[in-house]
Amino acid sequence: MITFVVHVENKPGVLTRVASLFRRRAYNIESLTVGHTETAGVSRMTVVVDTNAEGAHHVEAHLYKLVNVLRVDNVTARPNVIRELALIKVSTTARTRPEIFQLADVFRARIIDVSNDSLVLELTGGAAKLDRLREVLEPYGVLEMARTGLLAMARGEGAAPTAGEPAAGRIDEAQPDIAYSV
Amino acid sequence: MKLTGAQILWESLVREGVTCVFGYPGGAILPAYDAMLDYPIRHVLVRHEQGAAHMADGYARATGQVGVAIATSGPGATNLVTGIATAMMDSSPIVCITGQVGSKLIGSDAFQECDITGITLPITKHNYLLTQPEDVAATVREAFHVARSGRPGPVLIDMTKDCQQKSCEFTWPEAAAAPAGRPNLAPKDADLDAAIALIQAAERPLILAGNGIIGAGASEIVRRFAEHTDIPIAMTLLGIGGVPASHPLNLGMMGMHGEAWVNQAIQEADLLVALGMRFDDRVTGNVKTYALNARKIHVEIDRSEINKNIKVDVGLVGDVGQIVAALLPRVAKGDHAIWRAHIDAGKGDAAVRDIKNLPDSGHLYAAHVIHDLWRETDGKAVVVTDVGQHQMWEAQYYHHDQPRSLITSGGLGTMGFALPAAIGAKVARPDAEVWVVVGDGGFQMTMCELATIAQEGIDIKVAIINNGYLGMVRQWQEFFYERRYAATPLSSPDFVKLAEAFGLTAARVADRASVIPAVQAARAHKGTVVIDFRVEQEDTGYLMVPAGADLDAMIRRPSVLAETGADQ
Repeated sequence: MITFVVHVENKPGVLTRVASLFRRRAYNIESLTVGHTETAGVSRMTVVVDTNAEGAHHVEAHLYKLVNVLRVDNVTARPNVIRELALIKVSTTARTRPEIFQLADVFRARIIDVSNDSLVLELTGGAAKLDRLREVLEPYGVLEMARTGLLAMARGEGAAPTAGEPAAGRIDEAQPDIAYSV
Repeated sequence: MKLTGAQILWESLVREGVTCVFGYPGGAILPAYDAMLDYPIRHVLVRHEQGAAHMADGYARATGQVGVAIATSGPGATNLVTGIATAMMDSSPIVCITGQVGSKLIGSDAFQECDITGITLPITKHNYLLTQPEDVAATVREAFHVARSGRPGPVLIDMTKDCQQKSCEFTWPEAAAAPAGRPNLAPKDADLDAAIALIQAAERPLILAGNGIIGAGASEIVRRFAEHTDIPIAMTLLGIGGVPASHPLNLGMMGMHGEAWVNQAIQEADLLVALGMRFDDRVTGNVKTYALNARKIHVEIDRSEINKNIKVDVGLVGDVGQIVAALLPRVAKGDHAIWRAHIDAGKGDAAVRDIKNLPDSGHLYAAHVIHDLWRETDGKAVVVTDVGQHQMWEAQYYHHDQPRSLITSGGLGTMGFALPAAIGAKVARPDAEVWVVVGDGGFQMTMCELATIAQEGIDIKVAIINNGYLGMVRQWQEFFYERRYAATPLSSPDFVKLAEAFGLTAARVADRASVIPAVQAARAHKGTVVIDFRVEQEDTGYLMVPAGADLDAMIRRPSVLAETGADQ
């Protein structure tokens, strides 16, 4: 699995362009999230792709051919934080409710809605943690689950430029003033 | 001063140096057409919008300048699609402008509405939907920049009708907005050194010359590099003309219908220096067995091409001319006389293919026609070919010494390309002698453009290689489908009468002796001439590497005589 953080211009159709690229080149998207960034007019995508390091170089090169793509960072091998949010609705009875409260406590999930026969948990964490909570809730009856997909951010100072071994030539630093083939 | 969006469009096009557009009007593009009359623009009225895109493409390939096609919404726009995809695959810079229904109607399935930006998304470098006149100037500026910069390609601008009608202040941006934050991929000294070390260590090196050399205008520097290093050159189909065919280091075309000795040389080489080419499957055959003995250097402007089909040892990303110029002063003079002699020995009896020397058996073969055409035009014509057997014969028998003198659809392999592309080439270069070499199948796909030729007074010469078959498909059926000729026998109208019905001059040639007089008469005639060459029906284009086979697993000409297309 390769995780990219892709900064794009917030223009109509940009999500289609990125998604279409993955479809066209037959790469499988595991997860894709889009949202605003600290800069107006710039959106940030976190894309998790089922490919290897070599495929990652191709994906990056292809992404840079999209005019609306501003920057591509492969954060897979770099120190990063990756988070996902899940909402899980579990069926409850008077008997099971305390048990689920306890599990929520262990997972540091929040109970955000309670009704007579169900409750909704909110959990943030890595994908594995979310999977695990769903598994332990399964016996009680998971009625609904919604997940946001992954968000990724490199740790440390500032926004580090693209690293990783170069596919071809040498990709040392992102130099904003240099534009190559689009 | 306030201008309408339509006026801003033409103001912007004129500022981009556009003097001619190819198009077809319709409801949603009417405001733009109305405004056009006030600008110094030649409009070539096509008979089908596919022709407009091919003409813009032919214009671009003949000159390197951006070609422009214009069409209305809906079917006008969708008819452009084949032409856009053709330009995309062969990196040809064109800008297509389409009308769109009013912005309030978008999404309502209005009359002649279609999502052309969605449709063309994977076959353009970029496209735009404009709904406000304020965006027109900057978008046109950017569109031309995108089309011609880096690896060139098609760009589409879709303009709603109200965008064309509404007014705003016109300001022309100083420069096109360039995409920000691209990695600096310029080769470092260490990369150049690695390439130079490979070049200097090689005993059996080969240059693979592609379309990028022509796009970058790098013919001269590549020729000097090859001479200095004494490295022989193999050409891709689209690279033809990038290095003169008559140059002693130029071996000829590689690949599926290339020359046997070229493919053999690739398989025996210990170094491939790929310049502006992309290791297409028609060039490599089976990638698992392709040039296994060779280290590989890939010079290419599009980073995504490097390591895509063939793994290389050194990838140099950038303008091929600049990179070769950087390599040239740092590489030692080479001498590969032994290797070149070895390749030459593989040519064997191929010299017989100078078919001028063969006796006239009374039969007419396509090779005769193309060979004689080459002789008569002294190799100086711009030849525009379609797709199929005649395309491969042209590549083999017409020897191009100038860049941009062969215009052909390589990547997409678009039948019907030749006639409209030739119109575009002639409009771009009115002083050039333009010949169309086209099959009877492909000609019938876009022959409606004969009317465009007549209306516009275009002077091109059309050689129809008429064999009564969809010849290349028939050839595959012959080799791989036990001669079961499903849907390949093809009847045609009387092309002479047809051309005459369009008010054009025409002739029919069915024997070898009449080829040269017919070509001479056509060249002497002012105006378009269509010549129907009735050639041998079941002639075969040799050599052939079956799709996906090893590059040296070639189906060769069965005999020397067959090689020349003479009687067996």
